[in-house]
Amino acid sequence: MLNTGDISFMLVATALVLLMTPGLAFFYGGLVRRKNVLNTIMSSVFVMGLASVMWVLVGYSLSFSGNTGGFIGNLDWAAFRNVGLEAGPYANSIPHVLFAAFQMMFAIITPALITGALVERMRFKALIIFIFLWSVIVYYPLAHMVWGNGGLLAKLGSVDFAGGNVVHISSGVSGLIAAVVLGKRRGYNMTKYHPHNIPFVILGGMLLWFGWFGFNAGSALKADELAVHAFMTTHISAACAMLTWVFIEKLKTGKTTVLGAVTGAVIGLVAITPGAGFVPIWAAMITGALVSPICYTFITVVKDKFGYDDALDAFGCHGIGGVWGGIATGLFAKTSINSVAQWDGLFFGDTRLFAAQIVSILITILVASAGTLICLKIVKLFTPLRVTDRDEQEGLDISEHGESAYPSFVGLD
Amino acid sequence: MKKIEAIVKREKMEDVKAALNKLNVNGMTIYQVMGCGNQKGWTEEGMEDLNILPKVKFDIVIDDKMAEKVIDAISEAAYTGDIGDGKIFICSVEQAIRIRTKERGNDAL
Repeated sequence: MLNTGDISFMLVATALVLLMTPGLAFFYGGLVRRKNVLNTIMSSVFVMGLASVMWVLVGYSLSFSGNTGGFIGNLDWAAFRNVGLEAGPYANSIPHVLFAAFQMMFAIITPALITGALVERMRFKALIIFIFLWSVIVYYPLAHMVWGNGGLLAKLGSVDFAGGNVVHISSGVSGLIAAVVLGKRRGYNMTKYHPHNIPFVILGGMLLWFGWFGFNAGSALKADELAVHAFMTTHISAACAMLTWVFIEKLKTGKTTVLGAVTGAVIGLVAITPGAGFVPIWAAMITGALVSPICYTFITVVKDKFGYDDALDAFGCHGIGGVWGGIATGLFAKTSINSVAQWDGLFFGDTRLFAAQIVSILITILVASAGTLICLKIVKLFTPLRVTDRDEQEGLDISEHGESAYPSFVGLD
Repeated sequence: MKKIEAIVKREKMEDVKAALNKLNVNGMTIYQVMGCGNQKGWTEEGMEDLNILPKVKFDIVIDDKMAEKVIDAISEAAYTGDIGDGKIFICSVEQAIRIRTKERGNDAL
């Protein structure tokens, strides 16, 4: 039975999730040097076109239609054939097209998240081919395994409310692998890369926070109590993570930065994503409060030690924050909040959900790493991954797009 | 000592930097500047008003013996053959002082 309340809520939630991608574009754009800001923004904005068209043509079908061995769907819903305005199999109170549209926005932001690890050096053509392949080889299978009918990870009993595995772990891990294959930026470790526009980062981070209400609350797929619950867990986790990040910074460096506050909020949102509709509100506060020390350690200690150039910390924030979120869901989920979870979390004395969460995280990491390596191998057949040294010096805005964000300045930084 | 002021096309900045680096000229000041020359900033004849274009300017102070080499290197690195390749100006420098050590003359460069 279609419900107009649910339809209007989900329309708004869908638009909110779309808004996260331009938000991310500004978040990443502010973090890079000014000679690369347009290329960085374009890397996210272009996906809004590419991933949308792919989603309607084959993506939605491969993710959600039928089931092939638990890994991927089939092509019955290609080009939205048989996807109509009546209720579909995944949500009974909204039109099937609306469910597909909501999921489409997730297929846009996930590859856009990866680009944060690759900025300032990847050839734009190579990036487009990579995102095209990655959607088919990694995203659609993962979305199917977690959310599709008969999906492997759902069968394990693991839960992922709004995309901790599918969106954050997958993009973070893929970002890491691709950053390693791509190599470091020029002068890495010899020069400091200062964010060129921190107000852009704040603008983008706050748009992400705003859009995340659609992402998480909308994942209830109707305007019900669960959506309200997810709305609150989402918000309070971000707030707690912001406070703990700023607190750590004060302890470590003596200064509290706006950049840190925004980063904290974003990873708080990442961490609560898988558990938003499963954990109690007090547990959301713990999830958020603990994600900052975990990610902070990772970004400052582990990254330095291994020396990979995850430029904007796509892995440090989304990969690690997502893994912690999946674990936290295994710790604190309650079947009384959402009966999709078959068991309570470890904290309430049941080990089964916790074990399933760990297994599903490991499988996600495996699929994302292997898939990314395959994608990069194929991309290399068509074009080199990196821009030339000279283009990197001059900046990717000019070399890839022939545009300059701030025409009175050249790439002096 | 000579001061070499070179105004070049923006896209030639990296090439000029590389050329100077090759000669081991390490001291330089780079500006983003606006200006125009004989063409009044236009590639075609006949416009009345001035079209001020963005350029990059290098300031290099160098030992007299090095001056010609540096001039050659810059004019080669910044050359495209098109209108607007820029100009190089040379002037004599009376004195140079390194602030940290108070050294003077060539030692300060």
